[in-house]
Amino acid sequence: MTRPSIEQVWEWLSTIPDPEIPVITLVDLGIIRDVAFDDETCVVSVTPTYSGCPATSMINVDIETCLRGHGLDKITLKQQLSPAWTTDWMSDKARAALEDYGIAPPQAKGTPARCPRCGGEHIEKLSQFGSTPCKAQWRCKDCLEPFEYFKCI
Amino acid sequence: MAVDKNLLFEFLLRQGDNALILGHRVSEWCGHSPVLEEDIALANTALDLIGQTQMWLGYAAEVQGMGKTADDLAFLRDAWDFRNVLLTELPNGDFGQTLMRQFLFDAFQSVLMGRLMTSSDETVAAIAAKASKEIAYHVERSADTVVGLGDGTEESHARMQAALDYLWPYVGEMFECDTVDTAMAEAGIAPDPSTLRDEYDALVTRVLTEATLTLPESRFAHKGGRTGQRHTEHLGHLLTKMQWLQRAYPGNTW
Repeated sequence: MTRPSIEQVWEWLSTIPDPEIPVITLVDLGIIRDVAFDDETCVVSVTPTYSGCPATSMINVDIETCLRGHGLDKITLKQQLSPAWTTDWMSDKARAALEDYGIAPPQAKGTPARCPRCGGEHIEKLSQFGSTPCKAQWRCKDCLEPFEYFKCI
Repeated sequence: MAVDKNLLFEFLLRQGDNALILGHRVSEWCGHSPVLEEDIALANTALDLIGQTQMWLGYAAEVQGMGKTADDLAFLRDAWDFRNVLLTELPNGDFGQTLMRQFLFDAFQSVLMGRLMTSSDETVAAIAAKASKEIAYHVERSADTVVGLGDGTEESHARMQAALDYLWPYVGEMFECDTVDTAMAEAGIAPDPSTLRDEYDALVTRVLTEATLTLPESRFAHKGGRTGQRHTEHLGHLLTKMQWLQRAYPGNTW
């Protein structure tokens, strides 16, 4: 096949959902740092969210599967550690999608702005950790429902 | 300034083994914690530590240059090859003792990583920058829990004081300085650990005071872990479990 443009590859990548939180994509999450061609080989640089996140290997498989599906057969995935991933790289679209999905998006002040279910602002922390390394558990004192908060790092 | 590869390897093993051995210890809580939230928190802490291990031991293997991987270093070495401080290999004890050990270690890591982020070695700086975000989160939680339990009920206070009295003699080893540390300091790769003590003491004293706990006066320190000269009897037992699969089925892969 003829070599696709870099923009085209980004477009393909922007359709891959995060394996743990499928309402946002890997590109929205900000973990795909670079796409380049080294001769005929497509080199995708990916940075981990958390160093031990078990989704990392799944994410690599998903990227490879996606690109192969579009006809690319020479693919190299590079792990890029620096600069370390920050939730600042998450797109506004992703933040809105998270809240819609019931996960409070990361806030610079370190605590959720409101309950993603009822919008109530009387909230309390249940645990600094949650079902994945990137989330914490909170509870809304207005609607009494527990909810997850995407940690700000 | 070029640094002796063997000394850099040794330094990286110390970082990786601390994270690996403590990560394994903390993972032993999985399914046994007092409440679900704490179970999840401990499992996540262990996960972060194992992730940091992959970065440190991965780089160690690269520096060693013998074609090994982080897995090889984790699973195919025996007790005398490990370079973790004794504090990390001590048994979990009760929940309070586990969190006290975590706090004493997290506090050290938070001070150390801040310095390593400006390391002259780019990979060390990148790993430290990544790990420091996770460690900042760990120390916040372990400090909060130490305060909550220390300044808690009569029972929890007594247990936390006992945990501190038991663990304190293992703190001094983290600040030891030998030829490896001197070489790292001269090359600008890492600080001489003994220079971190004041900052560490200030942090620990602040938290333990808030926790209404009494810091033991003795500076006596058990040593031998980070040099590999003399580990406690506990490390060998830990490794029999952690390395069980590779010992039973050498070279087996997924």
